[in-house]
Amino acid sequence: MNRLLVILLVCVALPASAQDARKSGFAFMGPDTQAMQTDDLANPGMLSVLEGEALWNAKAGTSQKSCAACHGDAPQSMKGVATRYPAFDDTTQAPLDLAGRILQCRTERQGALAFQREGRELLALTSYVGHQSRNMTIAPSQDTRLAAARAQGAALYSTRVGQLNFSCAQCHDDNAGGHLGAAPIPQAHPTGYPLYRLEWQSLGSLQRRFRNCLSGMRAEPIPAGSADAIALELFLMDRAAGMKLETPAVRP
Amino acid sequence: MNTTRRQFSLLTAGASLALVTPARATPETMKESIQAFTGGKPIKEGRVKFDISLLVENGNSVPLSVLVDSPMTKDDHVTRIGIFNEKNPLPDVAIFTLTPRCGRAQIATRMRLNDTQFITAIAEMSDGTYFSAKSEVIVTMPACVEG
Amino acid sequence: MARALINVPQKAKRGEIIEIKTLMSHPMETGFRTGLDGQLVPRDIIEQFVCTYNGEVVFSAHLYPAITANPFLSFTTIAADSGTLVFSWTDNKGETQVQTASIQVE
Repeated sequence: MNRLLVILLVCVALPASAQDARKSGFAFMGPDTQAMQTDDLANPGMLSVLEGEALWNAKAGTSQKSCAACHGDAPQSMKGVATRYPAFDDTTQAPLDLAGRILQCRTERQGALAFQREGRELLALTSYVGHQSRNMTIAPSQDTRLAAARAQGAALYSTRVGQLNFSCAQCHDDNAGGHLGAAPIPQAHPTGYPLYRLEWQSLGSLQRRFRNCLSGMRAEPIPAGSADAIALELFLMDRAAGMKLETPAVRP
Repeated sequence: MNTTRRQFSLLTAGASLALVTPARATPETMKESIQAFTGGKPIKEGRVKFDISLLVENGNSVPLSVLVDSPMTKDDHVTRIGIFNEKNPLPDVAIFTLTPRCGRAQIATRMRLNDTQFITAIAEMSDGTYFSAKSEVIVTMPACVEG
Repeated sequence: MARALINVPQKAKRGEIIEIKTLMSHPMETGFRTGLDGQLVPRDIIEQFVCTYNGEVVFSAHLYPAITANPFLSFTTIAADSGTLVFSWTDNKGETQVQTASIQVE
């Protein structure tokens, strides 16, 4: 009888455990910070989206063309684009992140000076493009040419580095849901980038977050836009496949 | 009062420290700021509902709101709301000036908190009386910060 | 290129109390932080916020460095007449940025 009950309970419990145990960093925040993200009029990340919209429509470079001149209305043309990045770039024969794609368009097609990586303008444009995929599920590119970089990212994620000899996985897989000091350790799903971090008092990229983590681990930071950074981003986006994008998210 | 040698060296140490670090608010300097706000008039407790989280995730952005019990008529309304702290570099946070046209004596903003401390909200009424409420906020630090 | 997000309802009933939220893009540099060169980063903050409704001041605020980057302010006003609300933010160098919103009162 008891055994039957246990089996029954297991059967009831199974669908639940088979459900997605992955959680966005949103689930680890306090109600005040969650409220800041969900109200577009209170979310400071929306200021960057607004600035991005202005840049999208501004003529630039020797072409004197705006992004909109080629791509039209971003809410239509850019819908879903951020769910697929990083993607494989045919011209450079290498994986390219969304910010990198915007930079490439700007220098090669618009004939304009490159924006600085992590600079205000590039973050604004990236958040504007990313915002068009808000609430869509992450659907990584299935291009087989990305496989090697994705494997490289997986290796970076689980390799111990730095003076503290930690890997990403030790915190974000083995101890996710626990605490580091008073701060909850999230599962490291990049669902809301570029995002507004209260600690930064500004918008920032996933690759800036990598540098934060690495300096916390007393390890050598990975430069923004480098092959390693894009590889790690590729792996993490694949690991978060099917989760919803929140751009621009707010995090503590 | 005679200053002993130890007191003297402490005083000079304090003075030289003050040269290199910016001044900090203290419960005393907060009192001075509040005195300047009220003109030294007495402050009663009550009528002010001060809403701020007890525990915050990052002191860079702490949401707060104040609601004062007032009919907000021409003859009886809240004229100003002041927010004060005791441990930031400066004791003042913000001073809001209201009018009967606000309809309700309600404000919200976000502030920076240097450390765990008490925050005070004071409402100035059109009849020249003052009411206050205070709240303790515990600030935790995020992990793996930059720098 | 400073920008602000403002919500004012497009329509309201006469006498209704409406909530206004404003979010201004600004670093609110306190003047207490040191930069990479070891020197103090100069103070750069919004000091004064004013909201007028058809020319009459309904709400204002004096802000100190303790207010967050990208200052958020929320307050209420009575929907009196159709017209224009003007929001202005003035920094510690005296520069003012202005945005307007219109409201239809029935």
